[in-house]
Amino acid sequence: MQVSMTVNGQTVAAEIEGRTLLVELLREGLRLTGTHVGCDTSQCGACTVHVDGLPVKACTMLAAEAEGCSVTTIEGMANADGTLSPLQQAFNDHHGLQCGFCTPGMVMSGAALLAVNPKPTETEVRHWLEGNLCRCTGYHNIVKAIMAASGQQVGETV
Amino acid sequence: MYAFDLIRPRTLAEAVAALAEDGAQPVSGGQTLIPTLKARLAQPERLVSLWNIPELRGICEDDAGRLCIGAATTHAAVAAGVADRFPALAQLAGGIGDPAVRSRGTLGGSVANNDPAACYPAAVLATGATVVTDRRQIAADDWFQGMFATALEEREIVTEVRFPVPARAAYVKFVQPASRFAMVGVFVAQFADGVRVAVTGAAEDGVFRWTDAEDRLSDRFDATVLEGMAPPADGMIGDIHATPAYRAHLVGVMTRRAVAAA
Repeated sequence: MQVSMTVNGQTVAAEIEGRTLLVELLREGLRLTGTHVGCDTSQCGACTVHVDGLPVKACTMLAAEAEGCSVTTIEGMANADGTLSPLQQAFNDHHGLQCGFCTPGMVMSGAALLAVNPKPTETEVRHWLEGNLCRCTGYHNIVKAIMAASGQQVGETV
Repeated sequence: MYAFDLIRPRTLAEAVAALAEDGAQPVSGGQTLIPTLKARLAQPERLVSLWNIPELRGICEDDAGRLCIGAATTHAAVAAGVADRFPALAQLAGGIGDPAVRSRGTLGGSVANNDPAACYPAAVLATGATVVTDRRQIAADDWFQGMFATALEEREIVTEVRFPVPARAAYVKFVQPASRFAMVGVFVAQFADGVRVAVTGAAEDGVFRWTDAEDRLSDRFDATVLEGMAPPADGMIGDIHATPAYRAHLVGVMTRRAVAAA
């Protein structure tokens, strides 16, 4: 079947199967391999992307259901000049990653939080990240990075 | 993933027609069904997507003051949309899964699936809600028929759930720490004519009403009237996370917390 959508601001059209997952279209069809597949069972959140602004696990959404939607992946998060966005820079500054596998999902999830809650408490950040697993950092520096991107420090608003 | 045909109707009538085909099954948000398909625990030849059917979405009130929520309304939309009118339901919806799951998972999908550890069945049963399908209306007490079993027939589609809004209500769950599904979840709802208590996560037959607690709370809505009470451990789920006796104990504790929070 034919599907068309906007991905990172560009209109794309593709011929897919009914069973094609959104993450398969992104990675294999469009070669946007920044979106990772960790568990493939919708638990780890490494595949988190935005669909019409909302965080979605791209391994658990059929690509055909994104018809007409606006999809944003980690490749669409940098500034227009290619420099890191404030949230990405905060992950860098606060060592919010080690192996980096979960990072695209963490950034997309964090960005989705800040879009609806620009000044979250640390508790809100930690709850929001329940669907994003990291096996390296112990989450602490990820939380710090998201708080920093919101203009706050950890410990200010618990 | 195995191959299947995906049908994308835009109206309820088109969806009903598509489901008349052999081997067809509906999919709503897919947060349970897609992992199930990947594991090949279900292999329908034809999936009928209920995602893009505007008439299955949205929240309104009927003349009786009930909150009528379209079956394809996501958990995130319910959490945001009923916070002022029915905060206990908003809190329940906002605590399902994680934010990404709440962007896709739907009320109708949860109610039709009747997972024994799902949150929504507790709210539907505790409020005495009505499940509306493309062909009939079913009272919550008749809807839930055991683990993953409901009154839903083949090819029938849940279109809406109508919730009476209690005077006071709360939902409290004890989450299984890894999956964050409810190990025990209790929804308490106080109405003018009595109190209803529904328990999810605990029992082998899925969501159930704890009528002994309802009787006492209907006399006096205070957590102290349940001091030391728990339902029988017989029929509770026993697994590596909790024994039947522990789950029964948790039902008592969570119910008292819910009453205190209501």
